Amino acid sequence: EYSFTGQVRFQGEPQASGLPEYIKIVEVGPRDGLQNEKVIVPTDIKIELINQLSKTGLPAIEVTSFVSSKWVPQMADHKEVMRGIERHPGVQYPVLTPNLQGFHSAIAAGATEVSVFGAASESFSKMNINCSIEESIERFEEVTKSARNMNIPVRGYVSCALGCPYEGNIVPDKVAEVSKRLYSMGCYEISLGDTIGVGTPGSMKKMLEAVMKEIPLSALAVHCHDTYGQALANILTAVQMGVAVVDSSVAGLGGCPYAKGATGNVATEDVIYMLNGLGINTGVNLCAVMEAGNFICTALNKKTNSKVAQASFSTATIN
Amino acid sequence: MAARRLLPRWAGSLRPVSSGAAASGAYPKRVKVVEVGPRDGLQNEKNLVPTPVKINLINMLSETGLQVIEATSFVSPKWVPQMADHTEVLQGIKKSPGISYPVLTPNLRGFQAAVAAGAKEVSIFGAASELFTQKNINCSIEESLERFEEVMRAAKEASIPVRGYVSCVLGCPYEGKISAAKVAEVSKKMYSMGCYEISLGDTIGVGTPGSMREMLAVVMKEVPVGALAVHCHDTYGQALANILVALQMGVSVVDASVAGLGGCPYAQGASGNVATEDLVYMLNGLGIHTGVDLQKLMDTGTFICNALNRKTNSKVSQACCRL
Repeated sequence: EYSFTGQVRFQGEPQASGLPEYIKIVEVGPRDGLQNEKVIVPTDIKIELINQLSKTGLPAIEVTSFVSSKWVPQMADHKEVMRGIERHPGVQYPVLTPNLQGFHSAIAAGATEVSVFGAASESFSKMNINCSIEESIERFEEVTKSARNMNIPVRGYVSCALGCPYEGNIVPDKVAEVSKRLYSMGCYEISLGDTIGVGTPGSMKKMLEAVMKEIPLSALAVHCHDTYGQALANILTAVQMGVAVVDSSVAGLGGCPYAKGATGNVATEDVIYMLNGLGINTGVNLCAVMEAGNFICTALNKKTNSKVAQASFSTATIN
Repeated sequence: MAARRLLPRWAGSLRPVSSGAAASGAYPKRVKVVEVGPRDGLQNEKNLVPTPVKINLINMLSETGLQVIEATSFVSPKWVPQMADHTEVLQGIKKSPGISYPVLTPNLRGFQAAVAAGAKEVSIFGAASELFTQKNINCSIEESLERFEEVMRAAKEASIPVRGYVSCVLGCPYEGKISAAKVAEVSKKMYSMGCYEISLGDTIGVGTPGSMREMLAVVMKEVPVGALAVHCHDTYGQALANILVALQMGVSVVDASVAGLGGCPYAQGASGNVATEDLVYMLNGLGIHTGVDLQKLMDTGTFICNALNRKTNSKVSQACCRL
């Protein structure tokens, strides 16, 4: 029988078809993924996961979150994880820092890149971090100011870019406005998140068109959730528009906190399979990612959410 | 089992929105969704479904706005026991006007049985892979086409439209890579012999937007795009992305299976057909008209999953579930 992982390759030239030649994959499994898993994972397992991911060719791995353990118990071991992981040259290990206090704590623990999380929805901002968008921007400005002084790059996230669990539809111009604030204060990259996965290629295109008026394409990333099965189609749409940074989570770790039992993050394996088929270089070894996915799913005692992994690890029964 | 799944408030804008993409001609304005759940779906489910349940499934699907529902397969029950009740199903369903209920007919005998049971449209299944054809129906591609010629002649006499399927268009479980030229050759033969539509099947779901584009570009040189359909499997999670590319290239007929019924017989435990709900959700978001009521479709998916005692494969359905 044939193993198709990575072997069925589009023979054409991606640049001839208008697609980026290279796409940077930002692996968010250890943070966004584990944070949204029911089972709390021991520190040594987290460290082992990150170490395995470091060997796959992934250029960026979001490690943990320096947020109060009162709010996010799964990330309580942020210092130990940050200090415990192997740091591979050429790999970035960003961490979340919701405010100045978290930022200082992250730096003290050895972080060399941080992320701040904004939202395009007032209601979501209030429910999630207990303040308005404007107030959150002020908090982030403190972080980016300190970060600039220390030469620490900051990545900005905009949640609810294609819909909000409280407000419903989100106007693309609002996404553009918040993105522009984050970019202007110094974030080197803005990751646009379809937080509840309701987006479709239609809404993705409209939103990106609005944001691209304010932010250079090279500074944009998409963070798609697969809650409604639309993630790869949405990512494809973004890539066709020139976006060259895609967030994903190994084994599709991390369910959706707003739709019980539903999936959340798109699986890194499935994204890479698609990009390989498009002839787009990612530098990532798909088999190595599947192994890391297998490791963490075994540790979490759960099935992978990656269809590529499901298809590849199954015993092919061909009569 | 599960409570009725409702579309959440924020998904209310699932009515076709006037989308820039559709308006600018990047996508077709309308897409015909061909529902293959009762045949392709159920045939590949482990649990056998009683005849009344099959009939109820098709009747519920007939209320959703779907225009084409593949009802059953007139193949020997020795080979496909799940479809042994083909005559009872075809005669038992409530046939709504304006809806087509095609049935599979692998050969002349199956065709005649189908017509006797009231079939008004049939389908024939070819493949772009010699090995797959050998393993699946025990003959070569050429021999299978000869069998189909017999069906085509009889169908033409009876004024029965015939839909042609080509399997393994983006990869074969035995041969591996399949050349686009081969797909085009088989498609052209089936189209020339009188099939009104050719459904190109990514049988093991290995295709990606890259291979889909390459394959379609070659096939479209031989068969007009208006006569093409895509039948994508979601085994590697690529189905909606592959369908999106097909739409961008002008394809406007897409096969899907309610609740994503039907696993992949070549990768145990892996998924197969793409879920109709997830497809319709995407098309709605693109402002493409399908005529399908997504809520009714989800209700139908809930019904058949309860009957099969299994979870849905549709992510839209999973997300909307209020447990």
